[in-house]
Formats: sequence, structure tokens, C-alpha cells
Amino acid sequence: MDYGLLSSIIHSILVASTPLVFAGLGALIQERAGVLNLGIEGLMIVGALAGFATAVAGFPLLVSILMASLAGAMLASIFALLVLRLYANPVATGLALTLFGLGLAALAGSQYVGQAAPQVAAWEIPFLSQIPVVGRALFSHDPLVYLSIFTAFVIWWFLTKSRTGLILRAVGENHTSAHALGFSVRGVRFLAIICGGALAGIGGSYLTLVQTPLFVEGMTAGRGWIALALVVFASWRPFRVIAGAYLFGSVSIIQLHGQALGVSVASQWLSMLPYVVTIGALVVIASRAGTSQAAPGSLGKIFKESR
Amino acid sequence: MFGFRYLTALGCFVASLTLATSVNAADPTKVGFVYVGPVADAGWTYEHDRGRLAVEKEHGDKVETVFVESVSEGPDAERVISQMAAEGADLIFTTSFGYMNPTIKVAKQFPNVKFEHATGYKRADNVATYSSRFYEGRHVLGLIAGKMTKSNTIGYIASFPIPEVVRGINAAYLAAKSVNPAVQFKVIWVSTWFDPGKEADAAKALIDQGADILMQHTDSAAPMKIAEERGIYAFGQASDQAAYGPNAQLTAIIDDWAPYYVRRVDEAMNGSWSSTDTWGGFDTGMVALAPYGKAVPDDVKAMAEEARKAITEGRLHAFTGPINKQDGSPWLKAGETADDGTLLGMDFYVEGIEGSLP
Repeated sequence: MDYGLLSSIIHSILVASTPLVFAGLGALIQERAGVLNLGIEGLMIVGALAGFATAVAGFPLLVSILMASLAGAMLASIFALLVLRLYANPVATGLALTLFGLGLAALAGSQYVGQAAPQVAAWEIPFLSQIPVVGRALFSHDPLVYLSIFTAFVIWWFLTKSRTGLILRAVGENHTSAHALGFSVRGVRFLAIICGGALAGIGGSYLTLVQTPLFVEGMTAGRGWIALALVVFASWRPFRVIAGAYLFGSVSIIQLHGQALGVSVASQWLSMLPYVVTIGALVVIASRAGTSQAAPGSLGKIFKESR
Repeated sequence: MFGFRYLTALGCFVASLTLATSVNAADPTKVGFVYVGPVADAGWTYEHDRGRLAVEKEHGDKVETVFVESVSEGPDAERVISQMAAEGADLIFTTSFGYMNPTIKVAKQFPNVKFEHATGYKRADNVATYSSRFYEGRHVLGLIAGKMTKSNTIGYIASFPIPEVVRGINAAYLAAKSVNPAVQFKVIWVSTWFDPGKEADAAKALIDQGADILMQHTDSAAPMKIAEERGIYAFGQASDQAAYGPNAQLTAIIDDWAPYYVRRVDEAMNGSWSSTDTWGGFDTGMVALAPYGKAVPDDVKAMAEEARKAITEGRLHAFTGPINKQDGSPWLKAGETADDGTLLGMDFYVEGIEGSLP
């Protein structure tokens, strides 16, 4: 095997997976708080446009990411208002958010079609990036790849080690009890939705800033839905979201390389694989309902304060 | 995707408002367009919409055009087309191969509405078909690619294994091979017309495997953008994509639907429309090439221009024997040219291309 090619393949896998890591973590933090947000796709494309527009205007990468997260958070706040304050059906609201985000980005982004953003420079990690094969594959990426893994660490630490994380999980597992204990269910969920929106926005901006890198309407092409499936596949654990995203990225990149190398496996089978695995995971989770593998108890349920 | 319909609805609403203000317009001919991607795709759908705008410009108040974009191929298409017919469209252009069966089905229900289906082969009394001989353009691209590749590896990003796409690969390969016997094609099927992320990933995979020139038969400009970033060359698809690859673009096949759309709408208005099968190439202006990039040397330009001229004048056919099929069985004898029937149904690679059709 050609090692140069191998390291290029691994490099591409990490790039292709990173939008899914961000968006998946964004969905995860909301679902652990009991919020089912089907608007991830809409949040992603709005972030994709905001990040791209900022980069085209000449701002550095950090500002572009901030604007992408801000755009995602702002759109998510509409969702929060509808679901938490007006008790709208979260499934319908999430779908509407996706449709709205796609349309909004198409409308606002038409002037950015055909524009070019500056290329994002890689952060070559000292010493590590000099290692043959592994160096290029793992340690000479753009900053966002490292940030996505760091974010998973932070979320893992937050959910399992911090008191606030425990409250968030309590709200997600049983919002009535959490409320009775004096926690602000709506406040916690609002913050979770804002954070989730920001992360989805960053995930979208990765597409326009690094992976593609251009903006055209509808370019998220279903990645928001894959991210939602990933969270289920990961049984609501941050590191499993990363694992799931990388598995998904591996399958899609390896099948492209396989075709170019002349390996004759029907590409349709490989395209199906991630979804088949997700369905398998769903079956396992359903059969273990009530154990730690199951979904947060209050996921997707509407919370009304009883007086 | 399904996110754009409300925008279209909004567009129709605004259009109806503007129409309502022009009271004098005496019952304009209503022309509908069904698009597979977003108008802003900078490729296939964008060019169809330019054709639609040309119709509006040419016929002014006498026509009213409507369009629905990002209509997925399948049951959804049938619903959109029949709704368009029910809302009083006189002539409907369905602009993707996958709309073939839905178009035929809806046409049966609306015998008084005229339909035009792009790139298909099924016709009826009120269904015409039209397409462009893009393979003529692919021939010229293949010549340029064969001459300019250093690694002798051309990367090809393909969508679905329909005759249209297979024909393009074969035409480009034969042309490249004719000027560079060592040339090799690597083909990746991405199973989508429009997914910039996936197209970009495929472009990277091809470049990583040694391709130094990219061709594509998908609708976004992502591969061109990747070629520009990696410092290699690429050909634009359906539309001039030099904005995405000022250094990378060698040329682009441009689909110019405007002359055809204007003529057919004209015929529909004066009553001379009939169900026809149009397959135009360089000679009709339906296939054009973007200006050659600055990387193309003068001798290659001259060769490409000569080929284009010869095809336009009918002196050269992109599929001229001897050509064998991939399995080695003979297809065309020396000097024999392919008939349109075989080309329209092409479901095989020619000899020399590696891999198999999905």
C-alpha cells in the first residue's frame, strides 16, 4: 500500500467527518437536556453562510467561526422561543426551522455564489506533524478539526463531571422532578438550545470554509439529518458521536477511493452502510429501554410549569 | 431537498402581483419549468434558468414563466408537474432525465398541455424531447486533457450511470487516447447530481490518486474550487466556472438552452408546435465552450478549435470507428460512425476504460 495515499485518505476522512462532529455534538447537548431539535440542517446552512460571508469580507478565521456560531445561536433562539415559551410542538417546529434556515440562506446567500473565501491555513503541530504518514494524516489539519475534538472533551467533562451538567441531565431525564427540586427547566433548556445552535452553525461553516470551500444554497445536502442519526447511534455519548462521525466519514471517503482504485463493490451498498448501522443501533437501544443506553427520559416532551 | 418550495411560492406570488398590475396583458402564454437543482447551482439548472429568462426577454408581455426548483426525481416530480399543468401552464419544460416517466404520465392526463422533456427518449403527441450533444464538447475536452496531463491520469466525477453520462466519459476518453495513448481515466460515481461536499471529497480522492486534470458530470462548482486550491486543472460543467477556478479552468462546456426555448415557445404561441426530438450540438449553438484558460498552450488551443470547427461542419464525429467495447467485442468498424440510437441508449464503456459501470 502506498503510504502517502493512506495518509491522504485519513486526512480526508477527518475533514469529511468534522461537520458531522460539530453538528452531532450540537444535537447531543440539546437532547441530553430533553430537547429534540430537528432543525439542525437549517442551523448548519445558516452558519455555513454566516461563516463564509465573514471570511469573504476579509475577517480572520476566528471571527468567521464566531459569526457562524452566532448565526446558529440566533436561529436556534427562535426555536427556543416557540418550543419553551409558546409550547409549540417540537417536531413540527424543528422541521419548520430546517425549511426556514434553508430558504433564508438561499435568499441571503445568492450574492455569495461564485465568491471565494481565503484558504484556511493548516496548523502543523510541532514535531508530531513531522512523523511520516501519521503526521500528515492526523497532525496537520486546520484548527477546526482540533477544536471539534476539544469540544467533545469539554462536553464530556461538562456532562459527567460538573454539577451544572448533572442538572442539565436531570432536566433531560425527568423535567417534572427537576422542576420540583427547584431547577429552572426552561432556563437550562434555553441555554442548551443556544449552545446546540452555535455548534451546528460552526459545523455548517466548516463546509463552506474548509471542506468545499464555496457557498451555494442547499449545500448541507442532508448532513443535519445524519448528525441527528449519529446522536442516536452514539446513544447520547459525546465520544461515541466522534466515533460515529469518523466511521461515517471513513465509509464515504473509502468508497470514493475504492472506486478510483478500481475496487468493484457496488457504491450503493457502501452509501447505505452508515444508515444500516444506525438502524441496527436503534434496534439495540429499543431492546434495552430503561437502561443507561436509552434516550433521555423527557426527550421531546413539552414541559409546562404546574402551579 | 425540500426547502426551496416556499421561496418559489413566494416568487410566484410576487410574479402574480406584478402581473395583476399590468392589466393590458391579454392572456399570456404560460410556460413552466421544473428544475432538479437550485437556480443558483452555477451549473445545469442555472443555464436552464438563463434560457427561461431569455424567453421572457424575447416575448415580453406575451409570456408568463413559472418555475419550481430543487424538485427531486420521482413521485415528487409528478406532483409538481401536474400541479403546474392544472394551474394553466400551456407549455412545460421538465429539465432532468429522471422526470421522464412522470412527464409522460402527467401528459396523458393533460392532453391539451404541451410538454418538453430534456435528455430523455420517451415521446407522445404532446411530449417532445430535446437534448444537447454534450459529447461533442466532451470530445474537445478530452483532446485538451490528453495533451495537457503530465501524470497521464484524468479524474472523472460522474453522477449516475445513465447514457448521457456514460457517453460523455466514452467521448472524452476516446479523444484523450487519440492524442495520448498512455492516458488513463479514473472514474468516481457519487450517486448524486448536487452535493458540493461529496463532489469535493471525490475531487480530493482523485487528486490524491494522481489525477492532474479533473472532469465532472455533476452540478456544483466544488470540484473546480478544489482543483484551484490544489493547483491542478479542471473543466467547468454546464456553465462557465472560471470564477471558482481562475487558474484551474481550462475551458467549460456551456449548455445554451436559450435559442431552443425561445424558438419552441414561439412555435407554441403561433400554433406550429409539434412533438419533435431535437438533439443539437455545436452546430445549433446549444453546446458552446467557455474561453480557454491561460494555461492552455497555443498549439493545444489550435487543435481544440480545429476539432470544434470540424464537428460543427459535420466533418468529424466524436464516435468514429474502429472502436471496441470494454469487453473487447467490436462496436464500430473502421470509418463507421455511431448512430444516434446507440448513443442515446449507451450503457457500456469503450475498450481501455477501467472499472465497471455501477
